Amino acid sequence: MAAKKPAERPNASKDELLKYYREMLLIRRFEEKAGQLYGMGLIGGFCHLYIGQEAVVVGLEAAAKEGDKRVTSYRDHGHMLACGMDPKGVMAELTGRIGGYSKGKGGSMHMFSKEKHFYGGHGIVGAQVPLGAGLAFADKYLGNDNVTFTYFGDGAANQGQVYETYNMAQLWNLPVIFVIENNGYAMGTSVKRSTKSPSLWERGAAYGIKGEAVDGMDVLAVKAAGEKAVAACRAGEGPYILEMMTYRYRGHSMSDPAKYRTREEVEKMRSEKDAIEHVRDLLLQGGLASDDDLKAIDKEIKAQVNESAEFSKDSPEPPVEELWTDIYA
Amino acid sequence: MATEVLMPALSPTMEEGTLAKWLVKEGDAVKSGQILAEIETDKATMEFEAVDEGIIGKLLIAEGTAGVKVNTPIAVLVEDGESVSDTPAPKVAEAVMAAAEAPASVSAQAAAPAPAPVVAAKGWPHADLPEGPTKTMTVREALREAMAEEMRRDPNVFLMGEEVGEYQGAYKISQGLLDEFGAKRVVDTPITEHGFAGIAVGASWGGLRPIVEFMTFNFAMQAIDHIINSAAKTLYMSGGQMGSPMVFRGPNGAAARVGAQHSQDYAAWYAAIPGLKVCMPYSAADAKGLLKAAIRDPNPVIFLENEILYGRSFEVPTDPDFTIPFGKASVMREGTDVTLVSFGIGVAHALASAEELAKDGISAEVINLRTLRPIDYDTVLASVQKTNRCVTVEEGFPVGSIGDHLASTIMQRAFDYLDAPVITCTGKDVPMPYAANLEKFALITPAEITAAVKSVCYR
Ligand SMILES: Cc1ncc(C[n+]2csc(CCOP(=O)(O)OP(=O)(O)O)c2C)c(N)n1
Ligand SMILES: [Mg+2]
Repeated sequence: MAAKKPAERPNASKDELLKYYREMLLIRRFEEKAGQLYGMGLIGGFCHLYIGQEAVVVGLEAAAKEGDKRVTSYRDHGHMLACGMDPKGVMAELTGRIGGYSKGKGGSMHMFSKEKHFYGGHGIVGAQVPLGAGLAFADKYLGNDNVTFTYFGDGAANQGQVYETYNMAQLWNLPVIFVIENNGYAMGTSVKRSTKSPSLWERGAAYGIKGEAVDGMDVLAVKAAGEKAVAACRAGEGPYILEMMTYRYRGHSMSDPAKYRTREEVEKMRSEKDAIEHVRDLLLQGGLASDDDLKAIDKEIKAQVNESAEFSKDSPEPPVEELWTDIYA
Repeated sequence: MATEVLMPALSPTMEEGTLAKWLVKEGDAVKSGQILAEIETDKATMEFEAVDEGIIGKLLIAEGTAGVKVNTPIAVLVEDGESVSDTPAPKVAEAVMAAAEAPASVSAQAAAPAPAPVVAAKGWPHADLPEGPTKTMTVREALREAMAEEMRRDPNVFLMGEEVGEYQGAYKISQGLLDEFGAKRVVDTPITEHGFAGIAVGASWGGLRPIVEFMTFNFAMQAIDHIINSAAKTLYMSGGQMGSPMVFRGPNGAAARVGAQHSQDYAAWYAAIPGLKVCMPYSAADAKGLLKAAIRDPNPVIFLENEILYGRSFEVPTDPDFTIPFGKASVMREGTDVTLVSFGIGVAHALASAEELAKDGISAEVINLRTLRPIDYDTVLASVQKTNRCVTVEEGFPVGSIGDHLASTIMQRAFDYLDAPVITCTGKDVPMPYAANLEKFALITPAEITAAVKSVCYR
């Protein structure tokens, strides 16, 4: 990706930029804390961190309205925080406690919030893609103008069910935005090693679906593309594909030896393309915020994340009876 | 204030690891995100990053130390200006010592609810191993060696799956195979289970002998149509003209807290299908002998491994022609009062329970089925005729379990020998919960087996 851009005059208000800064920072600090708790054995199983990709969900949420839905994979903590779910409830799910969004029964990969229209948290690569189209099918059927953001990875983009879904989504004009989070790797397999397609979004053309690639490290570019896709879907011209070019800084999960890329590659991304640094520069160089303003936000976020961690340790384990509940409605 | 840096958990099943290398020394200032050390788990070498900023006050564990338990303090971080002597006294020696004394045959990765049965004397619990030299190896090494030997033996055997090549295997079963056999025979696939399983079935019809690795069997649900409709049924549908000589293998069942979509035991599902053969090894000898037999078999074989067993060590015959015939169970422990029948990791629980029962004067015979299709009914029935009682043990769901099938077989063929109903110990009838306490309740435990045995013995 291109070298760091000089901070141009942002096409966004001070308040907007501060909001994006705050939301992205919350995700990053939350994920760092989750990584720590994992290392301490308080979180178990698989835990996939979203660090590096924050601009994607924050930018797209800025283009959403109440009623819109979202569904994603196991790399889901960022999506939940961005759509307004409570960090305490997310962290307590990670520690497997009753205060978690799934009462501790789902874990990192499986959380849901009906209230925030977040439909999971899915562990089978690619499975969320038809599920997202199904949510859109329901909205169209019910005659509202909601859209569904269906997030999936570059690796998931090779699953057959994605293409079965593309075909039906376009055939039936479903209001679904397919968001491919292309972070360059599916576990240890780079995109180049899994496909000879020159780009992932262009595959939609075979089904007549419009789409584009977007700089997923630039929250403003993400938001602008999101608005365009949302407008098309609300106007009954869906579906739409957005391929977000992004990068994950950490390993695939906590147990990834990461031998498939160099430290230099990661460092280069972090120092030249970091989404949070980008907004920070826009705020500081544009004279929209002072160092102290941002420090105050950092402090607030840290406190919020610490509070979620404390909650996630204090919340009790689910009572044994929970083993037998929620199997049938 | 000084903070302790603790040995991190770097994978779902890690309980201890080797501190391979320090990348910092005492007195170094470290930033958050800086790599402090390289830590080896039995799966991989991982870099361990600093979370907090500070100065390395003291390194508490020397590099090269093996068996360092998760959460053991390994270093002390101090703040600028703070003296190292302010640091708390290291309280670690004990934990490390204990680990160092553990017998080598107990895995570094044992995360099962039951303790790994220690391979005590050679010959037990492998009384049925053939005569001849053996060596100690992990289940992981045994699987790798079985594939490598069969690939050397038959140039048409090849391995395909996600991350099997360059990544060296998600669970490191295929480590080194790409180097030895090259990319033609160790084929990395995109994440497209249904597609590559179908391609492998086609390749088996075309004269090759594919080994398909599923990263876990949970993902084989994406591919199950090809496994059953294409691989299992074609020999029959073609009137015997063409079958599908191939192996579908990978970890099956629960690992540790990986949740409902990653923890299912598919033993009973696949065992229900005519046209498939189904193996579920417990020990490294099972793993090696059965996998070699599976690769040579002219039928599609489902080979169900277990992540928690991968790191455990057992004695394995060194004879390169050692294979285990399908349909031949292994009596792991002889007994007179009750027959425990299990397979896969269930055998570990059954053996642990038999040990407990012995203390109460109950003599349990433990049968390891090894293959679920075909099943060695004769060994089970002969044992039940001797003990007159039977408890089956498995991790899968209760309804339509292997235990159900055994219970009905025993009822039909040895009814008059039974002094008590057969009890089937299984996983609970719920999706696997994530919470640590609930997961323990969902899984089968040696204590439940012991209770079931006492009830059939009316004790
Ligand atoms: C059907 C299926 N196959 C394999 C896996 C194991 N697995 C989990 S994540 C992953 C890589 C997915 O990569 P990508 O879609 O790019 O998403 P990212 O992890 O980069 O967010 C794999 C192979 C799985 N969970 N489901
Ligand atoms: Mg990816």
